[in-house]
Amino acid sequence: MTIRVGEAAEAPSFQKAAFKLLDDAQLRKNVRHATDVISGKRAIVVKEQQDWQQLRATASAIKQHTLAHLDEYLLKFEAACTAAGGHVHWASDADEANRIIVDLVKQYGGKEVIKVKTMTSDEIGLNKAFEANGIHPHETDLADMIVQLGHDKPSHIVAPALHRNRQQVREIFMREMGLSELTDEPQDLTNAARQYLREKFLKVKIGFSGANYLLADTGGVCVVESEGNGRMCVTLPDILITLAGIEKIIPSFRDLEVFLQLLPRSATGERMNPYNSLWTGVHKGEGPQHFHVVLLDNGRTRILADPEARQTLHCIRCGACLNTCPVYRQTGGHAYGSIYSGPIGAIVTPQLFDMEHSQSLPYASSLCGACYEVCPVKINIPEVLIHLRGRIVREQQSGANIEAIGMKAMARVFSSGRRLEAAQRLGRLGQWPFVSEGWIKHLPGMLGNWTAVRDMRPLPKQSFRSWWREHEKEKKEGADG
Amino acid sequence: MAEGRDACEAILNRIRTANTSARAAASAAEYPAIERNYQQRTTLDRETILKTFLDHLHEYDAHVFEANPDTLACAIAEVLKSHDQKSAIVADDFPEEDLPTGFTWQRESKSTKDQLNTTGGAIAGCEVAIAHTGTIILRGTRQLTLLPDRFLCVVYENQIVDTVPEAMARLEPYKAEPLTFVSGPSATADIEMTRIRGVHGPRFLDVIVVRD
Repeated sequence: MTIRVGEAAEAPSFQKAAFKLLDDAQLRKNVRHATDVISGKRAIVVKEQQDWQQLRATASAIKQHTLAHLDEYLLKFEAACTAAGGHVHWASDADEANRIIVDLVKQYGGKEVIKVKTMTSDEIGLNKAFEANGIHPHETDLADMIVQLGHDKPSHIVAPALHRNRQQVREIFMREMGLSELTDEPQDLTNAARQYLREKFLKVKIGFSGANYLLADTGGVCVVESEGNGRMCVTLPDILITLAGIEKIIPSFRDLEVFLQLLPRSATGERMNPYNSLWTGVHKGEGPQHFHVVLLDNGRTRILADPEARQTLHCIRCGACLNTCPVYRQTGGHAYGSIYSGPIGAIVTPQLFDMEHSQSLPYASSLCGACYEVCPVKINIPEVLIHLRGRIVREQQSGANIEAIGMKAMARVFSSGRRLEAAQRLGRLGQWPFVSEGWIKHLPGMLGNWTAVRDMRPLPKQSFRSWWREHEKEKKEGADG
Repeated sequence: MAEGRDACEAILNRIRTANTSARAAASAAEYPAIERNYQQRTTLDRETILKTFLDHLHEYDAHVFEANPDTLACAIAEVLKSHDQKSAIVADDFPEEDLPTGFTWQRESKSTKDQLNTTGGAIAGCEVAIAHTGTIILRGTRQLTLLPDRFLCVVYENQIVDTVPEAMARLEPYKAEPLTFVSGPSATADIEMTRIRGVHGPRFLDVIVVRD
């Protein structure tokens, strides 16, 4: 089984990537502005929803229940969707999902596909698979389009292009759409996108979508969006292909009353997002006449098997944890090296993807708990982060890793006062070449990982223990004399 | 598809193994036992619910008009005149008698995508509206209410409920039909968080609320 999460395989560690991004003042300004605006709006509409905590509790209970019966609900969904004229496909991993989707597009003779924002398709690298097979995917969400046309990577779960400002968007649009005139007013930029895509919406015969929810009782799919590009993609083409992670299922239509209240308020700070589309199989004379849904595992069952971490699968991808996270707000999303960024990315990526490639992510957090507080489905992200850190340490300890050997030696030193004092004496002698103006700014070797991101105070001339001994001695001498 | 069936069996087996060994599965509530202590029914009176609905529509930049069953045709004429519109495409189930004279009407099922794309506007009713979120819920008529630049929706007072759960209960009989929840005109905030109306859907939403 090959698990792939975006470009995570080649991504540098979080600390390395973040260090470079912290120097990009424009990016930090854009990210801070965007997250401030969304967080502010969210706080207002959440306060207005007086049963917020009860909704969160129910959402969490529905998710726990669904995961405990996931096999039954998936089969129920398949039966209902098939009865309504849809086709259900199952994919164990990214390659299998890509193959199924590409084959379907080829089978219908399509050369172009209009796509509504789906993170799951980014997770499996679908656009690359399309292009490798001569199929051109058109991203239709404004932000995704900015990312696609700018040959860039998304940096936020809900607003993938929030790291770009209007001047940058103008440049991208002028170049890629071949426009000679365009102002940098958001209204004009939006109009340009509208005109550019309208023709594609009317012409392209295959639509592709993700799913916010799969309804087990009806076999229906729900997509939540703002711009209307989602409605275009799931309504106008003759053929519709939907890709959904198996955790997107909820037991019944009625459960939407919980999630449709939590998601928009958390994601964009709105009482309700402008459009929700629900469809079930095919309807004669209304919308696509051929409907396929691909159910994707790609590592999700592995998360399910870990009792401490399975709550990760509750995620409804609202992005509230990103906007509130002090770490994300400084670095932006690219530092996480995966399409899943921020606190939720820090737990999703290492689990979906092989731990050894993304083991820096559980450390990309101050464990302040703000993410847990805003999570609409009550995922205890700090708890999962600590659990994953534990797993990483255990995995490292089992190998002959130099850091693990160092840590073991440290543990020996700290467990004895005598050994600690000896080490401190050595440290005081050894530190002098690195001290300048009362600070240590660069340490050599592995210790440099610490001083790369913060300065430290040198060891004091006298330790507390030795001061105490002298003090007690003086007191005693004073009393004797 | 044989390959698909293999993947299906493999995935289901992994789920079953995970749920047999994971103690988290055992502690999950059974479906009927899931607590739903959130607000299900409204505590507001009719007038307050109506006012909330209108306030939220205004906040979404929708144009809101009021009428009664006798003045509905007049109100539709006024809305179209205010946009210099002389014609519109109308949902198939929209009553003929509510359409004012002096305009050119065409039914949705007799229209092509290109006609929907270039028409001045669309007219349709709704199934349910939610005051608490300012949402209008449509059954079918997905192309009609999407492609034209202007969408005029007629909402009867008795279609307006306050809470989302009340709306979902009313939609239960139609849950397998194509449904669209509309809350204001199409909008985006993808460029510097500036809210812009009308990316791909209708740029203008007009709502006539018909009071009994």
